[in-house]
Amino acid sequence: MPNILDIRRRIRSVVNTRQITKAMKVVSAAKLRRAQDRTLAARPYAQMLTNVLKSLVARTEIYDTETGAPKHPLLAQREEKNILLIVVTGDKGLAGAFSANITKAAARFLESKAGRNIDIEAIGRKGRDFLRRRYPAAPIQTRSLAATEESLETQPESRERAGEIQITGEHVGVLGKLGFSQARDLAQNVIRRYEREEIDSVYLVFNEFKSVIAQRLVVEQILPIEQVGEPAVRLAEEMSEEEKKRAKQAAVSAGVGLRSSEKSGDEATQFGTSQVDYIYEQPPEELFRALLPKYVGIQIFRALLESVAAEHAARMTAMDSATSNATDMIDSLTLVMNRARQAKITKEIIEIVSGAAAM
Amino acid sequence: MDTFQLEIVTPEKKVVDTAATEIQIPGKNGYLGILPGHAPLITELAVGEVAFRVGNNNEEQRLAVAWGFAEVLPDKVTILAETAERPSEIDVDRARKSKERAEQRLTSGDSNVDVERSLNALQKAETRLEVAGKS
Repeated sequence: MPNILDIRRRIRSVVNTRQITKAMKVVSAAKLRRAQDRTLAARPYAQMLTNVLKSLVARTEIYDTETGAPKHPLLAQREEKNILLIVVTGDKGLAGAFSANITKAAARFLESKAGRNIDIEAIGRKGRDFLRRRYPAAPIQTRSLAATEESLETQPESRERAGEIQITGEHVGVLGKLGFSQARDLAQNVIRRYEREEIDSVYLVFNEFKSVIAQRLVVEQILPIEQVGEPAVRLAEEMSEEEKKRAKQAAVSAGVGLRSSEKSGDEATQFGTSQVDYIYEQPPEELFRALLPKYVGIQIFRALLESVAAEHAARMTAMDSATSNATDMIDSLTLVMNRARQAKITKEIIEIVSGAAAM
Repeated sequence: MDTFQLEIVTPEKKVVDTAATEIQIPGKNGYLGILPGHAPLITELAVGEVAFRVGNNNEEQRLAVAWGFAEVLPDKVTILAETAERPSEIDVDRARKSKERAEQRLTSGDSNVDVERSLNALQKAETRLEVAGKS
């Protein structure tokens, strides 16, 4: 027969655990809300930038009329020999399968591109750890995303490959205090390598986050730019119905809106699209050339912001399940304990009664 | 009095959303002064200072911006900037240090120095100091 004292001790321990998971859920919900606000705040800028680029595309000859070659290096399609993959995961665990799903998608992508040289930029500690166990590191610069502008100039020009698949950069601890400057630095780095033809295409693996119940795992091609304003999604994995249900449940119990990041600034969509002839202070070609790199930057920034929001949402959901699992466990343990106590009392009564009868 | 709607947006937030009567923008080819009813225009911005007047008491506000572009319509001005800082948000110490560093590099005569980059940093720092100093 189980010992009542032991069971009671176990219950107490589970109660304590439940308290922790509950607290973590509330914290994640608060962080999720903040992350959602930030993705919303980034939207007008991205939207306006895209609009201006689109209207410029219509007004400029981005392709050479004779050769058909694009006039900007970031539009140039080359044979895919060297690929850069940016993997965005989380820095911390206890978020369910969040980081594991992304690294799995990344691994699948690597398989599909087998035989080509692939450089990896790992953002987030979890993904970094996973990739580091499998692939050699060949850092072309030790600076982190947060490094100052000064250190940019001191990076070596040439390098040798450490393997077919290698990790060229690790960015750990940037997601917690994410700012646009970090996305911009990464974009500059990527663009420089692309223009030098060290890489022929750039892909981004991350968890897209539209709202708690509208998330997908996507592989997006960000370079070369195929069409401005249309993300070139190469692979997408929707949430399963069950995941959606669980996420919804967690969001409702934590008081997080399901749709809060859906509303977008309506006036933002109109920027630069008025049906008037603008005076261009600079030639449209020049503007276009200045804007394209910013566009890459904002795309990376958006991916990072959404990934952060998705990570918090995943953690919230995981902690919500953990809390309800703990509750179930407490219930069943309480049942076992009561049963044991009952049995003990019954036994004692039998002992007393039979003892009295024997006298 | 005539006004136009002014919006200044960065990737991180909407910094300004207000009715203004007058604005000066640091265009790439020089400063532009804009009043309500201006012809439609799109320009790239340089590093510099945006100054605008708001509302009834014509109070002047300043922002330090670094790269961006602006769309001007007769009744609306929208500025997209990579950074836009109010005087109170500027870290004067950092700007001063960054200015010193940039000056040092430019005068060092070292051929490895990326002159354009250093000039850019210098300009950013000077703008910040100027905007912070005036308030």
